Amino acid sequence: MLEKVVKKREFILLVSLVSLIVIVGLRSPRFLSIGNFRDIMDDTALLAMVAIGQFMVILIAGIDLSVGAGVALTGMSVALLHQYYPGIPIFVIVLLSILIGFLLGSFNGILVSLLRIPPIIVTLATMGIYRGFVALISGGRWVSAHEMSDAFRNLPRGGFLGVSNLLLVAILCVIIFGIFLKYTRTGREIYAVGGNEIASRYVGINLKKIKYLPFMIAGSIYGLAGLLWVARYASAQSDTAMGFELVVIAACVVGGVSIFGGSGTTLGVVLGVLFLGIINNALTQVKVSPFWQMALQGLIILVAVIVNTVMEKRTQKLVTKRRNL
Amino acid sequence: MNSTRKMPIWRILMQWEVILFFMFVAMIVVNSSLSPYFLDSNNILRTTFNFMEKAIIVLPMMFIIICGDIDISVAGIIALASSFMGLASQHLGVGTPALIFIGLLTGLSVGALNGLIITKIGVPAIAVTLAGFFLFRGIAYAMLGDMAVTTYPESFAYLGQGYIGNTRVPFELVVFIILAIIFGIVLHKTTYGLNLFAIGNNSTAARFFGINVNRIRFFNFALIGLLSGLASVLLTSRIGSTRPNIASGWELEIIVIVVLGGVSIFGGAGNILGVVISIFMVGLARFGMGLINVPGIVMNIVMGFLLLIAVLLPGSLRQLQSKILTKQQQR
Repeated sequence: MLEKVVKKREFILLVSLVSLIVIVGLRSPRFLSIGNFRDIMDDTALLAMVAIGQFMVILIAGIDLSVGAGVALTGMSVALLHQYYPGIPIFVIVLLSILIGFLLGSFNGILVSLLRIPPIIVTLATMGIYRGFVALISGGRWVSAHEMSDAFRNLPRGGFLGVSNLLLVAILCVIIFGIFLKYTRTGREIYAVGGNEIASRYVGINLKKIKYLPFMIAGSIYGLAGLLWVARYASAQSDTAMGFELVVIAACVVGGVSIFGGSGTTLGVVLGVLFLGIINNALTQVKVSPFWQMALQGLIILVAVIVNTVMEKRTQKLVTKRRNL
Repeated sequence: MNSTRKMPIWRILMQWEVILFFMFVAMIVVNSSLSPYFLDSNNILRTTFNFMEKAIIVLPMMFIIICGDIDISVAGIIALASSFMGLASQHLGVGTPALIFIGLLTGLSVGALNGLIITKIGVPAIAVTLAGFFLFRGIAYAMLGDMAVTTYPESFAYLGQGYIGNTRVPFELVVFIILAIIFGIVLHKTTYGLNLFAIGNNSTAARFFGINVNRIRFFNFALIGLLSGLASVLLTSRIGSTRPNIASGWELEIIVIVVLGGVSIFGGAGNILGVVISIFMVGLARFGMGLINVPGIVMNIVMGFLLLIAVLLPGSLRQLQSKILTKQQQR
C-alpha cells in the first residue's frame, strides 16, 4: 500500500513541493507567514481555475491555446460594459462574463467536435481571432482603475473569514470539476475518450458531446477568470494575459497530465499550479532577481516532462510484462 | 502518380496550392485598389525585410510538421542566440564573423538539445519545446534583465539591412530564396524528403521499413535550431539591438504560415510551393493592412479565419470530389 502511494506521481510532486517550502522557509522565515501564504494563494487562484479547464481539454487529447486571448476578450468586454453602463449590477456582470466565456469556448468546441478540426489548429486560430477582437472592441484603448467602480474592483478582494472571493471561486472550481471528472459518468467518459477514442466510440460514448464539453467548460471558466483578472489588476488592455495559455498548459504538464490525453488527476493539476506559484513567490523571498523566474519555470517543466515520460514508460513495461505472463 | 494520369481541370483547380494562389492574387488586387503605394516594386522588395526571418524558420518547421512533430521553442532560441551575440559584442567586442558564428552555434546546440531529449528519452516534442519556450527566453531574461544591447559593429548591420550590390534586392530575401530552393529539392527530390512523408504518415511502419526515424527527427530539430540561430543573426542585425523579448509570439505565427501553406498538422502531407505562397501571402497582407492603417493585432482575426478555412476547405473539397467520383462510377 505504502509502496503504491510512494510511486505515485502526485507523491513525488508533493514531496518536492514541501521540500521547496522548507528550504525557502529556512532562508527567509517571512515566506512561511500566513500573510505570504495568502498572497501565494491569491496569486495562483486564477491559474488554478483556468488550469482545471485546460486539464479537461488535455484529457481528451486536445489543447486550448485560446485561453489568454479568451481571458482578455471577456475581461475587456465586461470592463467596457461596466464603464459605459455602470448601472448594471455586479452579479449580472458576473453572469455575463461566464456567458461570454461559454460562447467563446463553445465556438472552439463546435469546431473541434462537429467540424472535426484538430484542437491545436482551432485554438491557434481562435487565439488570433479573440485577441484581434480585444483590440477591435476597445480600439486599442485601456480600461484603467479610475474607470471602474469600487464594487467592480473589490469583486475578487472581498470575501469572508479572510478567504478572498477569488480564492473561493478557485477552490469551488477545483472541487466541483474534480468531483465531476472523478465520480460522474460524463467525467469518466472524458478520460475514456482521451485514453482510446476508437474504443470509446465502440462502447457507445457520444464522441460529439465529449469532445465539445471540455472546451465549453474551459471557456466558461476562463470567462469568469477574465472578469476576476481585470478586476484584480484594475486594468483591461489589449495584451492582458498574453501568453497565459502556455503557463496554464505548463501547470498541467508539471502536474503530471499526459499531453496525449487520458491520464492525469485534479490533485496533480492543483499541485502543479501551486508548484509554479510558490516558485515565483519564493524567488522574490530569497531575493533572486525576478528575471530568473522564466528560466526556472522552463527548467521545472523540462524536469517534469522527463520524469513523466520515464514513469509512463515504466508502467507500460510493467503492463506488457504482466500480459506476457 | 498524379503526373502519369491526366487530371481533370476541376481537380487541378481544387488543389490547395491553386486555391492559395488565387487567394494570393485576390489579396494583391484588393490591397492595390485600397492603396496606390502597394504595387510598387521598391515597396514590396523593402517590405520583405519584415518577414524574411520568420520565413527562414518556416522552412524547417515545414519538415518538422510533415514529420508529425512540432516546435514551439523557436522564438526562444532567437532570443537566446541574440542575447549571446549581444553579450559577446558588448563585453568582448568581437567582430561580425564571430557574432555570426555565436548565433549559429547557439541555435544549433539548443536545437540539438531539444532533439536529443525528444528522441533519446522519448518525451513528446510539444512538451519538450514548451519547456524550451520558457527555458531559452528565460535564460535570455536572466542574462540581460531589462537591459538592451545596442553595441553592434557597423559591418554587422549589412546582414539584416543590406542589399545585394547596387540593386534593390535585400540580402535577406536572397538568403531565403536560396534556402527555399534547397528545402524544396530536399523535400521533393531526395530520400530524406520521402522519409519525412513516410514518418509523418506512419512512423511505426516507417521504422519497420528500415528508416532511422529518430535520427531524422533529431536532425530536423538540430536543423530548425540552426536556422533559428540564422534568423536571430539576421533579425538582430536588422533592428540593431537585443532585448530579451525579441521575436516574442513568433512561434505561433510560423506554425500558422506552415499550416496555411497546406501542410497537414497531423504530418505526412505538404509541399514547398504552398508554404512559399503562404509566406508571401501573410507577409504582403500584413504590409497592405499596414498601408491602410489596420493595426497588426486586428490582422490576427483575418489570419485566424484563414487558418480555419485552410483546414476546412481541403477536407470538404475532398468530400465533394469523392461524391462526384461515386456519381461518375454509378453512371
